[in-house]
Amino acid sequence: MNLSLFVIIPLLTVLLILFSKSIRQTRLIAAIGMSVQLVLSAILVVLYVSLRKHGNADQFVFVKDIEWFKSLNFNFTMGVDGISVALIGLTSIVIFAGVFASWKMEDLHREFFISLLVLAGGVFGFFITIDMFSMFVFYELAVIPMYILIGIWGTGKKEYSAMKLTLMLMGGSALIIVGILGLYFHSGVSGGPLTMNLMNLSKVHFPVEVQMFLFPFLFIGFGVLGALFPLHTWSPDGHASAPTAVSMLHAGVLMKLGSYGVFRIAIYLLPEAARQMGPFFMVLATIGIVYGAFGAIMQKDLKYINAYSSVSHCGLILFGLLMMNKTAMDGAILQMISHGIMTALFFALIGMIYGRTHTRLINEMGGLLKVMPFLGAAYVIAGLASLGLPGFSGFVAEMLVFFGSFQHADLFHRILTILAASSIVITAVYILRVIGIFLLGPVKNEHHLLLTDATWWERLSAGTLILFITIIGFYPYFLTNDLIGNSLEPILQKILMFN
Amino acid sequence: MSFQFTILIPLIPLISFLIIGFLYSKMSNKLAGIWGSVSIFSSFLLSLFTAYRYFFEVGRVNGVYPKILGFDFEWLRFSDSLSAHLGTLIDPISVMMLVVVTTVSLMVHIYSIGYMKGDRGFNRFFAFLSLFSFSMLGLVLSTNIFEIYIFWELVGVSSYLLIGFYYEKNSAVAASKKAFIVTRFADLFFLIGILILSFYTKTFDFISLTDPSNIAVMQTGSITFMGLSVTTWALLLIFIGGAGKSAMFPLHIWLPDAMEGPSPVSALIHAATMVVAGVFLVARLFPIYALGSDQALQVIGYVGAFTSLFAAVIAMTQMDFKRVLAFSTISQIGYMMVGLGVSGYGNEAGLGYMASMFHLFTHAMFKALLFLCAGSVIHVVHTNFINEMGGLRKHMKITHITFLIATLAIAGFPGFSGFFSKDEIITAAYHNNKIIFYTELLVAGITAFYMFRLYFRVFWNQEASYEHKPHEVEKTMTIPLIILAFLSIAVGYIPFGNFISSDSMPLESHINWGVASASIIVSFTGIIIAWVLYKKPSNLPERIVSSIKVLYTWAYHKFYIDEVYLFVTKKIIFNLISRPIAWFDRHVVDGAMNGIAWTTSWVSESIKGLQSGQLQKYALAFVSSTIILSALLIYILLNV
Repeated sequence: MNLSLFVIIPLLTVLLILFSKSIRQTRLIAAIGMSVQLVLSAILVVLYVSLRKHGNADQFVFVKDIEWFKSLNFNFTMGVDGISVALIGLTSIVIFAGVFASWKMEDLHREFFISLLVLAGGVFGFFITIDMFSMFVFYELAVIPMYILIGIWGTGKKEYSAMKLTLMLMGGSALIIVGILGLYFHSGVSGGPLTMNLMNLSKVHFPVEVQMFLFPFLFIGFGVLGALFPLHTWSPDGHASAPTAVSMLHAGVLMKLGSYGVFRIAIYLLPEAARQMGPFFMVLATIGIVYGAFGAIMQKDLKYINAYSSVSHCGLILFGLLMMNKTAMDGAILQMISHGIMTALFFALIGMIYGRTHTRLINEMGGLLKVMPFLGAAYVIAGLASLGLPGFSGFVAEMLVFFGSFQHADLFHRILTILAASSIVITAVYILRVIGIFLLGPVKNEHHLLLTDATWWERLSAGTLILFITIIGFYPYFLTNDLIGNSLEPILQKILMFN
Repeated sequence: MSFQFTILIPLIPLISFLIIGFLYSKMSNKLAGIWGSVSIFSSFLLSLFTAYRYFFEVGRVNGVYPKILGFDFEWLRFSDSLSAHLGTLIDPISVMMLVVVTTVSLMVHIYSIGYMKGDRGFNRFFAFLSLFSFSMLGLVLSTNIFEIYIFWELVGVSSYLLIGFYYEKNSAVAASKKAFIVTRFADLFFLIGILILSFYTKTFDFISLTDPSNIAVMQTGSITFMGLSVTTWALLLIFIGGAGKSAMFPLHIWLPDAMEGPSPVSALIHAATMVVAGVFLVARLFPIYALGSDQALQVIGYVGAFTSLFAAVIAMTQMDFKRVLAFSTISQIGYMMVGLGVSGYGNEAGLGYMASMFHLFTHAMFKALLFLCAGSVIHVVHTNFINEMGGLRKHMKITHITFLIATLAIAGFPGFSGFFSKDEIITAAYHNNKIIFYTELLVAGITAFYMFRLYFRVFWNQEASYEHKPHEVEKTMTIPLIILAFLSIAVGYIPFGNFISSDSMPLESHINWGVASASIIVSFTGIIIAWVLYKKPSNLPERIVSSIKVLYTWAYHKFYIDEVYLFVTKKIIFNLISRPIAWFDRHVVDGAMNGIAWTTSWVSESIKGLQSGQLQKYALAFVSSTIILSALLIYILLNV
């Protein structure tokens, strides 16, 4: 399969949108383009699995190498393993739902959809490439449309939020580029030419002092996007100001770029540093998990609640990755996907509700379940998924992370695990509190009695997301084992080799 | 002999849930009600078939009932040595629970067709009932501790959804939230317990966990933490999970509030099935408790005994019909815990285990009946308060008689089912621990008193003035009452020890007449006091109350445990932790980020004057710096 299709289709869609004349055409093109993308992802999953079934044991498959800057040995290298396949799937699902959630985006519709699809293209590009240079380029490509999208179509203090988000992420990028260049210039230690290619880099054994120097750059740099405490503060403001589809894509997928980078570059290439400096970052991740959950309890704005909840859930991803064993990493990567879909669902629903009530403050609403049964019920489902109810994907991910981290038998890891696990109670508190205040009880504002329930495109958008968290929740084996688990093997081998 | 079909027992209600859920608005109420009932009826038939096949066709193999995996598949792999399976485990207690759950659930389904008639949420109600039945049946059939945890959470959420069924009522919303969060809090300990247990035993599986030979290995090889072995730690933590679900002190606070749910829900979930899940969990792991950790078992015994007394005292003072029953449920589950706590493993020592399971069985029947009767009464008189009721025996004959039967059963009146099961628990306590024995004997008396207080107050006493003349409820509601009333008497005569015992060997239980006569005397005393005080209107109760004012007030306010919890959540967690964190995040963490941005722009603001573009300024700077530097140079040169 030609992986570049995943970037080409969004770009083609963008080109077509340039010629569209009305919102109807624009959204139709976007919907068709992203449906094709969704189908393509499904095909990729099938092809990938059948390839593995036939005994292909390469770490990356569908590899294609295109020369870029010859003198520097920068290539555009594509390739995927089960983990990137899973994340490509996640991205397709979220962008698909995102397009339908923006069905009524009337002002500057062409520009909006173009920016949105460029963003998506950047994310897809990031996941299909396996050389750090191209990854970095796509990473930047994904971050920049964000500024425009929030700045123009956002709500509230959008300029401030857009600026803050972009600057903080750019700060992260600055650290990342130092880290990447450091890796590049040290990649010649064992002889070969300097390289950006992950496959080649993984064979290099970087000296420990180099690792110790570079690891914080990469971990913190990607960690900013992965909502690493205390560098998460762009997230509440950014999410609150962003338009619906952008929040969905950002919290759902873009934040995963951060944790994916931590996993694929920082931990994978610098395992000894990860082991030695792990405890420090584990403490930060644990703080993030508990702190984000407590922070969410007293919030009044639906989007802020979800933003803090994301800090907590993304903390669990970093927490799981740092445990550096198969179970926990498996869980962490599943958590990326699970949180991605779940939080996209939340933001979609919040956007739909906001579009009707024109407020996101929970105290100004009440009893909405009665008025909008579909949206209300969907929000309850999202809430239950978020608090880790069995039957939804979040439960599986959390369990894998906790059981994985519990394999470390020392007191330090035990205490952190128990603290992290305590978030399941705090999450229940803030989720049920919110549901109780704004969905249940008597209808507070009588104007709300006139509101209508979800339209077909809204049902499609939310329904798709619910479908996937349920499928994963009921039958996680395919994802945790066939896609993620097996692809973790070579990575773990490398990590464990130097210990 | 194959038990593969047992997977259908939970699956049928699941399918029913999905169908009612998806066709929510397209299905007529009648169809949804019948559909739900037929589904649970199929599960009921399959359960009876399973019981018949298991106990009579398979029977004992080498003297014990075998543990059979009916169905099993790998659901999630944690590591090469640890993976979670889903499936069905057929053994005496799971078969017993199947029968209990499907029987009560079927009765409740039929009853609800009448009870919920005309309710806007009729379909939703039946969908949730099906969801609950699925979860509960999955729970009792679980093959391993991870599977039980999954269904544990699912029954929790079904309970949440059903307590909050009248979601437009703020009290119902608050009650459902409280129930979920309190049990979730307990589940956290349960989860940690599972983490510990599975880490040291490398398995989730009940069959290998409870194998006596494995327990010995675990004991010798395990390490200790803070003076207790890890086994004890794990078992205590798991018990906390069970205590949360089974409303043991001090995690009982959610159950009385859970009465906000419709009465059939209280009967099914909060009396007969879900709340005994904690007892079931301990019973499931009983060999580990009995052989692995005496301390844990003692804790269970004392917690159970204290809870049964505590709840019974509160039950004497409550005025809300359903809350009296709720506290009575807490108290009775305390009995079951006591049964397990005073039991040993094997032979005669295992009497407590058998008695506990027996009491679980009989209690499910009579307590479900009590709640359904309460539902009928409340349905008719439109109030929950017993002081607004009275004299109903003339208007509701069937409800009256069935309620009386259930009351006699729970009071331990000789010949009724509760007598047999409770008596065996007390006998087991007598042989094991005298403090617990006397406590339970006392509680038996209190139980008889508060139940007959309820009975006389509602069905005798002075007739209250009702808005509408009370009448008997319709047939769909009375038929389940009659069936359950029959069962409340009949199940007492099952030779229970032949089916269920701690080590699966037959256990002949004889009534210990010494203990039995003590408990009969105590019960009669309770009944007579209630008769004197409440059969006819009198001011005697008030006079007694005023003579023990302080004690009464404390008991009436449930010893202020709710207030303590409220203080902890509102004042401490919300105001002292969450609010400061939210503030800290906005002002300190984010403030630091803004501070960096602000510093940057301040620096650039202050140095931007240097690049003014005015030639004179540049010239001035050039000339002055040349002079200063030259002076500096000369100075240095002169001093060298």
